[in-house]
Amino acid sequence: MSTQVKMSIQLKDETLREIEAVIPRYPQSRSALMPILHAVQADLGHIPLEAQEWVADKLGLTPIQVREVVTFYPYYREHPIGKRYIRVCRTLSCALNGAYKICDHFKREFDTDLNVISPDGRVTVEFAECLASCGTAPVAMVDDDLYENLTEEKVVEICNRIKQETPSSTQE
Amino acid sequence: MHPKERRLILQHADTPGYDTSIECYIKHGGYVEQRKAYQMKPEEICQEVLDSGVRGRGGAGFPAGMKWKFLDRRSGKPIYLICNADESEPGTFKDRQIMHKDPHQLIEGMMITAYAIQAKLAFIYIREEMPYAAKILRKAIEDARAANLLGENVLGSGYSCDIIVHRGAAAYICGEETGLIESLEGKRAYPRIKPPYFPAALGLYQCPTIVNNVETLCNVKHIVAMGGKEYAKIGTPGNTGTRIWCLSGHVRNPGYFEIECGKVTYGQLIHELGGGLRPGRKLQALIPGGSSSKVLRGDERFKGKLRDGTPYDWSIEDIPLDFDSPMTVGSMSGSGAVVVVDDSVNIVDVLANINEFYAHESCGQCTPCREGSLWMKKITRRMANGGARVEDVDLLASIGDQIAGRTICAHGEACAWPTQSFVAKFRNEFVAKANETPDERAKREFRLV
Repeated sequence: MSTQVKMSIQLKDETLREIEAVIPRYPQSRSALMPILHAVQADLGHIPLEAQEWVADKLGLTPIQVREVVTFYPYYREHPIGKRYIRVCRTLSCALNGAYKICDHFKREFDTDLNVISPDGRVTVEFAECLASCGTAPVAMVDDDLYENLTEEKVVEICNRIKQETPSSTQE
Repeated sequence: MHPKERRLILQHADTPGYDTSIECYIKHGGYVEQRKAYQMKPEEICQEVLDSGVRGRGGAGFPAGMKWKFLDRRSGKPIYLICNADESEPGTFKDRQIMHKDPHQLIEGMMITAYAIQAKLAFIYIREEMPYAAKILRKAIEDARAANLLGENVLGSGYSCDIIVHRGAAAYICGEETGLIESLEGKRAYPRIKPPYFPAALGLYQCPTIVNNVETLCNVKHIVAMGGKEYAKIGTPGNTGTRIWCLSGHVRNPGYFEIECGKVTYGQLIHELGGGLRPGRKLQALIPGGSSSKVLRGDERFKGKLRDGTPYDWSIEDIPLDFDSPMTVGSMSGSGAVVVVDDSVNIVDVLANINEFYAHESCGQCTPCREGSLWMKKITRRMANGGARVEDVDLLASIGDQIAGRTICAHGEACAWPTQSFVAKFRNEFVAKANETPDERAKREFRLV
């Protein structure tokens, strides 16, 4: 692609290096799309349209070829979320062991609803489909970490830790 | 380890002190089979795998050696190997154990397989929700490369192959092998129609491709170790080797258990290995092989004749844990995920929970699945929330019947089978749901939807 898309959003040097390194690893550059989207989202927290256009240019794709991927996969998002990402598994084995209640506890601790940024800006709570840890149900993920055999007490403990580690937006 | 287990794949995984380093793996005899395999001709390894009778551990149970045999070796195009580590079928958590606890076993299994099929490049497609497993595998690959166990001119054999860890992004459909391939090509994971797109002929980049499950690939190492014919003595004829079963739901001791195929029954798994049901509870339903497998009623009896003519008369407890027996009773062993449902929950709510999953995960390509899964979800959710009508039971059945067999991939069956089987086997409960009072609903311990 000859036209260079300028991005007003700045990716970290480390992210740019990661992106440059991943493309030649694949026999066809389009295969690098998902790893690049992972890198962009890890850097920016979400994948805005502008970043999608930049990625499209990078791989010689049309912007829609990027956007159809971003919107197809539940993990990619076009809008920001809270500073911490809480995913509560709601699928069968977790639900049979109280996942919906567990999710209510998370929501209560941050006075929030599903799929929105909590009022303090600290978290977004979502339901996830099967996290493949059914033997230790109910489970939830906070960012990359998996928490198993959840009880109300454990949820409160986890949430307290999040509150300690993560400043609220109002405090900043 | 429970005395009824026979651990081959998880032999070391839970041993105290056993870690994910290459040193630890080599100290426990790791990468010996790869050396042995690289002294063999690729077609000899393929023959051993065929002789072993090992069946795919991902869900379909198709013989792996046969899958490899379909590989188009004459096209002149590069051959690719893909490890399907998208473990997503509700109830399944076995590949998670292997990747987190014994990553080099998978790498060794893959490098043997790659050599056997003469792959140019190999991939591990791992679901996004296992970020640590992806890290562990990347480290394992680096260490294996440093030891010349993968990469250029592996072990001086002249054969070169690398492994790329590729992370998914939370879409269940990527577990379907052609959907996975589309995803790996950087596209939406729309499954491809077979024929003509059998991966063994037209797979990744339209090149011949083998896609195998994590546990299947680990088995290859053990097949090389003991020889295919010897391996086939484990388990029962047609159901060879061990399998890792994942037990979850309403049991006291849920977990994973590696069992010689056909040597233990569902009853033993639930009551002996799984510690049985909670006190005072009865088995209402059993999902024998992942939430898409057809449900069995707790009090069902299965009678008939096996393929060899032997008559059988089984309760759920008597069904052997293998590939064929759950099929004999009209369901399947799928990914080996056994979900126990006791009588504390309403069965319509259970189906409503399952339907949410399949509606969420339909890729949207085929109309019957996209629309049908959503209809089934909406109807069962309404029923669960107090809006059930007597006629819903037939409505649900008719939708299920209009999906199965009418879609490009098996997600159509996966979303229809729960509804079809729940409605057929629990008809009275579905009809009774129309008369459920809010009090009865409120009394239940947990909400399922």
